[in-house]
Amino acid sequence: MTDKYTQLVSQGLGRNIARKLGLPQPALLRRYTPGEALISGPILIQGSTAAADQLAATLLSWDLDVRRHAVPREKLGAIILVLDELASPEDLEKPVLSVASSLRDLAPSGRFITLSRPADGSGTPSVAAARQGVDGFLRSVAKELRAGATANGILLPEGVAATSPSALAALRFFLSGRSAFVDGQFLTVSTADGQLPSDFDKPLAGKVAVVTGAARGIGAAIARTLHRDGATLVLVDIPAAGDHLAAVANEVHGTALQLDIAREDAGQRIIDHAIQRHGRLDVVVHNAGITRDKLLANMDHSRWNSVLNVNISAQLRINDALLASEHFRDSPRIVSVASTSGIAGNRGQTNYAASKAGVMGMVSATASLLSARGGTINAVAPGFIETEMTARIPFAVREVGRRLNSLQQGGQPTDVAEAIAFLASDGAGGINGAVLRVCGQNLVGA
Amino acid sequence: MSVDGQSVTGPQDSTDPAARGGAPALRRAVIVGGNRIPFARSGGAYTKSSNQDMLTAALDGLIARFGLQDERIGEVAAGAVLKHSRDFNLTREAVLGSALSPETPAYDLQQACATGLETVLGLANKIKLGQIDSGIAGGVDSASDAPIAVSEGLREVLLDLNRAKTLPQRLQVLSRLRPKDLAPDAPGTGEPRTGLSMGEHQALTTAQWNISRAAQDEIAYNSHRNLAAAYDAGFFDDLLTPYRGLSRDSNLRVDTTPEKLATLKPVFGKNLGAEATMTAGNSTPLTDGASTVLLASEAWADAHDLPKLASVVDGEAAAVDFVHGKDGLLMAPAFAVPRLLARNGLTLEDFDFFEIHEAFAATVLSTLAAWEDEEFGKSRLGLDGAFGIIDRAKLNVNGSSLAAGHPFAATGGRIAATLAKMLHAKGTVDGRPARGLISVCAAGGQGVVAILEAL
Repeated sequence: MTDKYTQLVSQGLGRNIARKLGLPQPALLRRYTPGEALISGPILIQGSTAAADQLAATLLSWDLDVRRHAVPREKLGAIILVLDELASPEDLEKPVLSVASSLRDLAPSGRFITLSRPADGSGTPSVAAARQGVDGFLRSVAKELRAGATANGILLPEGVAATSPSALAALRFFLSGRSAFVDGQFLTVSTADGQLPSDFDKPLAGKVAVVTGAARGIGAAIARTLHRDGATLVLVDIPAAGDHLAAVANEVHGTALQLDIAREDAGQRIIDHAIQRHGRLDVVVHNAGITRDKLLANMDHSRWNSVLNVNISAQLRINDALLASEHFRDSPRIVSVASTSGIAGNRGQTNYAASKAGVMGMVSATASLLSARGGTINAVAPGFIETEMTARIPFAVREVGRRLNSLQQGGQPTDVAEAIAFLASDGAGGINGAVLRVCGQNLVGA
Repeated sequence: MSVDGQSVTGPQDSTDPAARGGAPALRRAVIVGGNRIPFARSGGAYTKSSNQDMLTAALDGLIARFGLQDERIGEVAAGAVLKHSRDFNLTREAVLGSALSPETPAYDLQQACATGLETVLGLANKIKLGQIDSGIAGGVDSASDAPIAVSEGLREVLLDLNRAKTLPQRLQVLSRLRPKDLAPDAPGTGEPRTGLSMGEHQALTTAQWNISRAAQDEIAYNSHRNLAAAYDAGFFDDLLTPYRGLSRDSNLRVDTTPEKLATLKPVFGKNLGAEATMTAGNSTPLTDGASTVLLASEAWADAHDLPKLASVVDGEAAAVDFVHGKDGLLMAPAFAVPRLLARNGLTLEDFDFFEIHEAFAATVLSTLAAWEDEEFGKSRLGLDGAFGIIDRAKLNVNGSSLAAGHPFAATGGRIAATLAKMLHAKGTVDGRPARGLISVCAAGGQGVVAILEAL
């Protein structure tokens, strides 16, 4: 699972040598297993606003161990900093410094989470400055944390309470092992929509979900994670990958649909299959994607076209079919897999980066079309993830790719899958048009 | 009522108990769909795969396609023609290795090349009678991983050795062994009663019916062209699951032409006096592969939200006396089809698709020639004249064995699932359900034929 170097330096002699030589010491990340506690150790909630009090009450009602004041040298599972009423940059000092001394007490794989308002240009310059200040503050905190601890922020526009369903769902996601490789990121809860699941271990119970590109790698991990969370699965991949697809389908008790998503009728065939076999269609995960890397100087028509066609045009066509279908109306969810390449660019990947940036553009423009029917569309942008594809990268380049993030390691396919499962859940109904990076706060594209 | 998770009340949608006294109204047996692995020329991609491996893979693909994981199927029936002694319970072992419920019963069947179609008919009949609600028919064969028997001499020595109790006894038994005993008995395609291979038998029939080389090559060319077009159209996307790196039948020649086929040298019938016309191009090669077909009662298919492509209307078997040369080895379907159609009040004109297994291109043509022959119709079929003519545009429209290959027992399942999908897509013709005819010839002078109807 974890790369060999990380295993080597995580214990015993290897750890001592790495420490002496000043080598990177990536931690073994805490990852979610069903039934486990949301977080081990008490949660310190700092902030003096009404929202902080309400949040503390809610977390107490979940039987979590909540502190409103730090007890020195008590190991903390998480620190939540509520900053929803900032009026000027000066307002940052008191709450920020109040948690400063507690950072040392954060347990391995602990969590640092802020709740604040987005600087959306609507307030005064002073308010905007304070709100934007949280951005730089949090991303820096994330880089200071060690031992697998992460820092992430939740942005709540005016009118969306800290205890709204999606704010709480996002908070649970960030607190849990599901967000192991999400670091230094903000998630905007745009509306008070959404509904927390009755069973937090089966947040997708009763849902029928389609996953494209499900035969291997991240797609297969998405299938396994959605199945674990209770979804019934339709797994799609090209006919030539049908044997791997069948194996995954049999493992997760789903149905295999061998289909090239680039076909004109792909959307309708997906809908028909889901409706006939499973009676409904709630979630579509656009995971299928290809790379045909070449420097632009050597790029030909077929390399450019095939990547753009599969990675974005096919998604657009399928979404058109979904939006036109009467069967995709009951709080539907679309989650697309983008890439940090689409944010930062990557040498030799002009076609791939264009397609993945296109995914993000598509998500932001499709959001209002889905919200009109109570649905959402979001994207997850993976950074360096340990897959068969990244295993083919030359060793030295791969090692650099792996270590250039705040967690000093590559993510696992399951980390991407967890973020997708979260965005597909009813709890995330108030999160729409967002792009969530799963990259361990990679330096590239930050 | 259930014991240990298994229903003990019999089929869930059994016929009206009131009807049990007399003949119960028969239920429909429907084909839900099928799955096969691509067929591979023998000695190719599946050289290292056993019959059990391939049948399990074909089953697992079917299970994944229809979400049958942990499902208890009424019965699974399949078989192989070339079968190892270790494969005495081949189908059951494949079920145990698959994602189906281990409480699914299974049996093996062997009727040479008709094995696959016979399993379809057998399970369909059980469904019609209400004995089972669901079934998976299938077949598998490997000409690569064929069983090799030891010589009769070695076999006797080994058996005696096993019975010997003391070391001197054992040494005495071993001393009987001669070098020639060590040569294995490789399996052949020769008929035990005539010693002639299937190709040589067909060559006799080909000559008897005056089938031309050009007509055979045309059948072969159409087979490749039609199969390639079907692949390109995505027709096999939901009929086939890749296996061992193959996602298309390896025998398929996309770029073959009548001209190329015409250059091949004849391989069968070279000593007949007549012109030899059968080549490697218009004869099926030895092939490895497996196929499965999911059958069900309508109620079972509905309860599982599964499609219903076609119903299995009826089937018929026939055999001919090829030993004494009365008829050609592969001509039994020429008799089975007229009997089947007469029983169902149908003529050849009532069909929209014909799936005539291309054991050899000449087999198809000999059968058609017999049906078009007045003398044959009168003297052999007892009709007033010729049995009838087939519209060639309806014949093997998505390719058949010449292009796909022919792993003996797997051919029936390939054809049944393919035809069911074609019929479903066709829907109705002149207000009646589209209808298809399957004809499969088999070693031993046998043939099995069937009628499917669109749903």
